[in-house]
Amino acid sequence: MSHPNEKRHRPESVQVVKTRRDAALKALVTGVPYIQFLGIEFDRRGDELTAVLPFDEKLIGNPLIPALHGGVTAAFLEVTAIIELSWSYLWEDIEAGRIDLARLDPLHLPRLPKTIDFTVDYLRSGLPRDAYARARVNRSGRRYASVHVEAWQDNRSKLFAQGTGHFVMPPAPLAPDE
Amino acid sequence: MTKSHDTPDDGDAKTQFARQFIEAIPHSRALGMRLDAIGDGTSEISMPYDLRLVGEPRTGVIHGGAVSALMDTCCGAAVMSHPDAPSGTATIDLRIDYMRAATPGDRIIAKATCYHVTRSVAFVRATAYDGDPSRPVASATGAFTIERPKGGKS
Repeated sequence: MSHPNEKRHRPESVQVVKTRRDAALKALVTGVPYIQFLGIEFDRRGDELTAVLPFDEKLIGNPLIPALHGGVTAAFLEVTAIIELSWSYLWEDIEAGRIDLARLDPLHLPRLPKTIDFTVDYLRSGLPRDAYARARVNRSGRRYASVHVEAWQDNRSKLFAQGTGHFVMPPAPLAPDE
Repeated sequence: MTKSHDTPDDGDAKTQFARQFIEAIPHSRALGMRLDAIGDGTSEISMPYDLRLVGEPRTGVIHGGAVSALMDTCCGAAVMSHPDAPSGTATIDLRIDYMRAATPGDRIIAKATCYHVTRSVAFVRATAYDGDPSRPVASATGAFTIERPKGGKS
């Protein structure tokens, strides 16, 4: 893309770009105690996020099988949806360097979307091993958003759960012109 | 509103089994869930406020995911306590509506009713409250499997 006002515009170094993206993602994720409690991490490739839930004994819901707790699965999907949605609406500001990374401590995080409702389909029981999830923002308006999430374990094509949630978008403090 | 009593009565063997089963669930223990009442297709389970479960650090509000875990456990317990009860159950689907943020510091109480059971499916609804029982925090509806013992009657 060419910017007529930036005659001497040159692409930023890959390291600068990566550092900024990773810092923004880290702030979003590590600032939320509940995400830390469950141990959820996020892998990033460009703007694509994959949530990872490393297996832990405290995530078990049925000790006899054993299987992941249905509530853990629901929480994992909901966390993935919220982070993906936040990430996607912050992306432009991150890329433009409009987010002050030095001030991204938990109390200065951009406001998160609020869940209106969340529905989880349990397709097969969650095995006692790592789980992965990716979310897709199907609709994101000024006020509301709809997000779909898929979660799997060993095989990407064998989902163990999927979910859909609706969210109220936070006010946009970084775009006062709108 | 009736207050839940300090020690819920022991009820029959099935109720006792349900309580032990729920209190042996590692994730329910991790969240500090307490079974306050159970029986006849209904259950009441509560969870203390805990800083580890905060979803919005600015306000200290509990993450919706933790409320989901409470609702899922409470709905499953209601199914297991139903008179036509299964020997086990699993969630097919669960929808949670979040009506408002739970008040930071307040215990969250979920009450679930298994209102219909077929041969293979149990239908459940639940409501979650904090300190103010007139203003629910969240509601849930779900479908659960009915798992019958192999070779058992019905």
